[in-house]
Amino acid sequence: MKNNLNKMTLCDVSDLLISGEITSSELCSLYLSRTKKMEPKIQAFLKVDEDEILRQASASDKRRGEGKPLSRFDGIPISLKDVINAKGEQCTCGSKILETYNSVYDATVTERLRNKGLVLFGRNNMDEFAMGSSCENSAYFSTKNPWDISRVPGGSSGGSAAAVSAGEVPASLGSDTGGSVRQPAAFCGVVGLKPTYGRVSRYGLVAYASSLDQIGPITRDVKDSAVLLDIISGCDPKDSTTLPDSKISFEEIVNASGDDLSGLRIGLPKEYFEVDGLDKDIKFSVDKTIEKLKSLGAKMVDVSLPHTKYAIAAYYVIATAEASANLARFDGVRYGKRTEGYNDLNELYSRSRGEGFGEEVKRRILLGTFVLSSGYYDAYYLKAQKVRTLVKNDFDEAFKKCDIIFSPVTPTPAFEIGGITDPVQMYLADIYTISVNLAGNCAISVPADILKESNLPVGVQFLGPAFGEDKILKVAKVFEENRDIKEFIPEVKYV
Amino acid sequence: MSNKYDTVIGLEVHVQLKTDSKMFCSCKNKYGAEPNTLVCPVCMGYPGAMPVPNRKAIEKTIIAGMMCSCKIPNFSKFDRKSYFYPDMAKNYQISQYDLPFCEHGKMHIYGNGFSGNKLDEKDIGITRIHLEEDAAKSTHFSNYSGIDYNKGGIPLMEIVSEPDITTADEAYAYLTALKQVIQYGNIGDCDMEKGQLRCDVNISLKPCGRKEFGTKIELKNLNSFRAVHRAIDYEIIRQAEILDEGGSMNQETRGWNDDKGITYLMRTKESAHDYRYFPEPDLLPVIFADEDISELRKNVPELPEAKKARFVEAHALTHFDAQVLTSEKTIADFFDAGVVLTKTPKLLANWIISELLRELSDANIGIADSKITPKSLAEMIELINKKIISGKIAKTVFSEMFKTGKAPADIVKEKGLVQVTDESVIEEFVDKAIAENPSQVEEYKGGKKAVLQYFVGQVMKLSRGKANPQAVIKLIKEKLD
Repeated sequence: MKNNLNKMTLCDVSDLLISGEITSSELCSLYLSRTKKMEPKIQAFLKVDEDEILRQASASDKRRGEGKPLSRFDGIPISLKDVINAKGEQCTCGSKILETYNSVYDATVTERLRNKGLVLFGRNNMDEFAMGSSCENSAYFSTKNPWDISRVPGGSSGGSAAAVSAGEVPASLGSDTGGSVRQPAAFCGVVGLKPTYGRVSRYGLVAYASSLDQIGPITRDVKDSAVLLDIISGCDPKDSTTLPDSKISFEEIVNASGDDLSGLRIGLPKEYFEVDGLDKDIKFSVDKTIEKLKSLGAKMVDVSLPHTKYAIAAYYVIATAEASANLARFDGVRYGKRTEGYNDLNELYSRSRGEGFGEEVKRRILLGTFVLSSGYYDAYYLKAQKVRTLVKNDFDEAFKKCDIIFSPVTPTPAFEIGGITDPVQMYLADIYTISVNLAGNCAISVPADILKESNLPVGVQFLGPAFGEDKILKVAKVFEENRDIKEFIPEVKYV
Repeated sequence: MSNKYDTVIGLEVHVQLKTDSKMFCSCKNKYGAEPNTLVCPVCMGYPGAMPVPNRKAIEKTIIAGMMCSCKIPNFSKFDRKSYFYPDMAKNYQISQYDLPFCEHGKMHIYGNGFSGNKLDEKDIGITRIHLEEDAAKSTHFSNYSGIDYNKGGIPLMEIVSEPDITTADEAYAYLTALKQVIQYGNIGDCDMEKGQLRCDVNISLKPCGRKEFGTKIELKNLNSFRAVHRAIDYEIIRQAEILDEGGSMNQETRGWNDDKGITYLMRTKESAHDYRYFPEPDLLPVIFADEDISELRKNVPELPEAKKARFVEAHALTHFDAQVLTSEKTIADFFDAGVVLTKTPKLLANWIISELLRELSDANIGIADSKITPKSLAEMIELINKKIISGKIAKTVFSEMFKTGKAPADIVKEKGLVQVTDESVIEEFVDKAIAENPSQVEEYKGGKKAVLQYFVGQVMKLSRGKANPQAVIKLIKEKLD
């Protein structure tokens, strides 16, 4: 079993704990030693507090010993992207400006994990303030892709995806503002879910772009994704943008998914397959997946998302506008980094922020400040919001013709560290993921293939309408059961 | 002052709402606690914390709007107003930009102004009322500053008037009327010393009759209605002098120095902020269906003017009495509660106005904390009406009630203050008074009828105030005429 750690899902581990084959303390020790082995090369974690993890594990063992586990998942380790508050733990958001900050409260998702007895297993690296697609924007270090450590794990939840992929932890929570859960999941060969906007409380998630952010699970398989969604989702009085509780259990949906997609209409947006720069190997894997889905009984339907080409521009206006206000609170006054030797308030602000924020964060704050400025608001922010409505309408129209939409996750597989230096090139790679956030819909990224030459995983994406998690989880599960490659385990030759 | 110019004034009034908790978190909305004890991640702007709107605060704002005859839109929203200052934890304020909760209202002003001059009766337009979060309190020491976030996040309502005000008297009357309405609706306490009501003035002058407004000057640091009045009068003269000399004004913000009685330059327009308003993405738009609005309208209390009219009509009070009784809702409530227990509303009004309010004012307590209740005062008045006590005795009873809160009947009983109406008893006092004052008897008989009052006084003295005055007069007349 020790050798299988890199393959085990949350549900596998749960069975072991329930059967008594292993205790949480033993389990966490195994993951800790795996982490110690992998981390020098992967660097998926900003912090792993061994004592605290073992303390939580031992508390869990005590509960199980007394026959009072908090849930089936009591004692299972899970890691958090370093942007989700957990009381007493660091929450740097991958930034120097929060290097000294310790959370004074639990995010709602953290509280929900604790309520089920899960062990909080460390803080995952990320692009600073979730701004990036490669983890290279972390102020601390770049996380490496476990499939090829010369390549990026994706981002911004790259640490979470790399940690799950490398078997350092069975699952992690990331956040997805424009693809930040799905894209690293695709790059690392794991499952990443972006829930419907409002499905999961954002309370305690350090905001990047509030109208786009959603917390989502990164897991080894689709069932774990459903299990975690059941735990973390639901109405939260502390986040007034949350939706009413789901009446259905996503885990039950997945368990009852069966083996047949007959009657299912899958939309193929023609604009998505006309994208310049769609890698031919990716295209090949995507086409292969389409054939597989057909063979499972699904009917392919041509749909159109005509405003796709404007989505990236609209996204980078809206997201940066919101970010410029969201990040204004990091000013060195109440917490976090404060510069030294300032002479007045303005110097305190400008130097604390100048020293605390990285280049990409500054770029986006400047951009966001500009698009909201008097005289430019209508031309940029307001217009972007109109585009957003059109993008949402595109989806609404498309979903009249199909039940779910199928697409690539990324135009290319994981790229080399340092391989993309032009920020705009980096932004353009978000083409398949960004529209889902603009529309507030849900989508799941599932590993589909492994490229022959590079040995890199390829993910595919199932997009659902708002509240359509049941639909995409079900299809993703059926596909997962029937895909040609059963396991997506990176070959580890580097440790 | 020169009357070559028309004065154009608009007021921006900020009112802290009287709610249990803050605008976007569950921290207590309370004045005077130890600094930074009423705070949480939300009102301190901690990473990841999110606002949740206070429903009560929204409802109070809408009720305030209804009391000012505002239209209540079905759809409104919150926006972020960005500016960097340590008193705003997030470095943006959650406020309302283009879709406030209340629009297009008005406030009726009339009567005499603060200066004593009679006002022209008119309506001052209210452009909008919106809701936002209050800033924290900054205190500057010699080489550092302190911030108390207890005040940060208290629900704050901003009431913006149309530029319909033309004099300091009108501004004063508008503020008084507005404050009265806000207190009537239990919207806010409006204690300016506690910062619960704050007022900024926009003022400009233009040559009489010209359509276009002059350059707007904003006045701040106005700590009382009187300061508003003085600052406006000062500014009218200052601006007129500049214009008289052919000068022009720059758009600027000026502070009021109450000690010196002058305004001074705080900042010019060049340093004005670009607030970069945009819709608050952490909050959903607030939607009120017509039925919701009608439901809220049921909570609108009777307005001061309507109450005044009712007091005049239903209880036959004078306009003056009704004015005084409705000046504060608590006083009007006191009268309303007492008047159903007495047959003589006028007498109740007199006692409230000339005795109770004076005593309360001397003791510096509010009518809500009075030991005399509407019921006990009405009971006392009924004792007078039933001739159990005289008006004079009533004053003694009243004093005792004010001090102890005892029931008037108990006081009368304990102190033996029951009025003597038995004429055979009174006759004894009358006889004694006549016997003791032969020279006054002569005077009276000689035609000096005014001496009658002297005898009444003597009898009252002998009876220790308990003799029924009508019976006394009747008997004296019988004996001497």
